[in-house]
Amino acid sequence: MKPAAFDYLAPADLKEALTALAEAGEDGRILAGGQSLVPMLNMRLARPGLLVDVSRLPELGRIEERRDVIRIGAGVRQVTVERRGDLADMLPLVAQAMPWVGHEQLRSRGTICGSLAHADPSAELPLCLKALGGSVTLQRGRKSRTLSADEFFIGMMFTAVAPGEMIVSVDFPKREAGAGYAFRELARRAGDFAIVGCAAIAHAGGAARLTVAGVADTPQALDLPSGSADWDERINDFAWSLGARDDLHATARYRRMLVRRLGRATLEEAMSCRA
Amino acid sequence: MPRMKAGETREIQFRLNGREVTVRVAPRDLMHDVLRHRLGATGTHVGCEHGVCGACTVQVNGAPARSCLMLAGQADGQDIRTVEDLCDGADLSPIQAAFRDNFALQCGFCTAGILMSLDALFARDPDAGETAIRDTLSGHLCRCTGYAPIVRAALQARDSIKGGQTDA
Ligand SMILES: Cc1cc2nc3c(=O)[nH]c(=O)nc-3n(C[C@H](O)[C@H](O)[C@H](O)COP(=O)(O)OP(=O)(O)OC[C@H]3O[C@@H](n4cnc5c(N)ncnc54)[C@H](O)[C@@H]3O)c2cc1C
Ligand code: FES
Ligand code: FES
Repeated sequence: MKPAAFDYLAPADLKEALTALAEAGEDGRILAGGQSLVPMLNMRLARPGLLVDVSRLPELGRIEERRDVIRIGAGVRQVTVERRGDLADMLPLVAQAMPWVGHEQLRSRGTICGSLAHADPSAELPLCLKALGGSVTLQRGRKSRTLSADEFFIGMMFTAVAPGEMIVSVDFPKREAGAGYAFRELARRAGDFAIVGCAAIAHAGGAARLTVAGVADTPQALDLPSGSADWDERINDFAWSLGARDDLHATARYRRMLVRRLGRATLEEAMSCRA
Repeated sequence: MPRMKAGETREIQFRLNGREVTVRVAPRDLMHDVLRHRLGATGTHVGCEHGVCGACTVQVNGAPARSCLMLAGQADGQDIRTVEDLCDGADLSPIQAAFRDNFALQCGFCTAGILMSLDALFARDPDAGETAIRDTLSGHLCRCTGYAPIVRAALQARDSIKGGQTDA
């Protein structure tokens, strides 16, 4: 299992990367951490004509604290975010989800934005983006656009990134005053993709949001108003609305059950850790 | 670096186990193949070639990483460490010695990768507890030992590294 031949460019700066990508169009592909793309190359599920390696571009290696968000560049590796103590405080949900993203040996090279671009339906980081209402900034040539999670994730491993375009950064909203955050997932073994992953945010005012990965093709959220007694009923309707399917790893019924039970437990944990 | 055509090869340079090496690679060459077939560093094993088994794990700038998911060209200018660098002549490192003492290997196919991950873990966190050790080991498959002796060996190695002994 070796990759088919391709051209390789390690550009000197972002401009060179964008020019090469725009010229290559459909035939060009970004190489970030390679933790999803190289397996696909090795298995020849992907046969790009040109790989543009962006993992070492200085412009993309930045983590910036802005007023309401943390902006993470497309070259930032997962382990960098995981090991930054101050980020754990500002991005509690991302920090809780991070150890679940594959194994340490993959997070050492995998990037945050690469995981978003790969858009696996079970992946933790797309789930966080949707849960927090974050956004992704894309660029093609000199044109850039910023998309919400709903605009960005179109289907299973399918995003709004157009040929010749790339993600340059992602914005994750910072911790909201008084809110509690929790993340839980169930996988066959540590580091495996989740059968179901749940993220819960309990707002200071009593309302809450449950977001689920691994069931629908893209992460989906349920907003729960404060003070209502029918959360279980709403979560049950939500579980049915996700169109769960049977596959090798779990039945649709089991997935719905996980949304109800794991979802409820994650919400309770978020409520109990409201600051 | 200018664009490399698919059929072209280019010289890259990196540090391998403390020594500068120069090697010619094509864009599609994978790191483990260059280590094993071009540089003779056959201690690194190759199992699945898609990131799952952990046999090919090496250290890239001190962090454990899959050499099967790295293009050789990406090693240019980096610091790479493989299992060959663990022992000092005939003397086993504390982790290797602990593996022998605890029968933590049988066929040994998984061992090189596990040693590189544990070595990186103890360098980063000399007090790593059993939970952290098991978490690191979750990135490796072993089809022989059942893992329990590996966990015992890791705990012993941690203590002997902290105690400054070379053999426990
Ligand atoms: C054994 C194994 C277990 C794993 N388990 C998990 C898991 O539990 N949870 C999880 O979430 N992931 C898991 N992964 C995937 C891993 O998290 C990858 O790191 C991540 O999905 C991709 O990030 P990357 O930087 O390595 O991207 P790459 O592999 O380099 O790229 C992935 C895809 O995204 C595109 N891309 C990358 N960056 C950009 C960009 N800036 N703009 C546009 N397109 C871009 C690439 O062209 C490619 O199509 C696992 C992988 C393996 C091999
Ligand atoms: S050979 Fe690299 S992880 Fe299996
Ligand atoms: S010792 Fe045989 S696979 Fe681990």
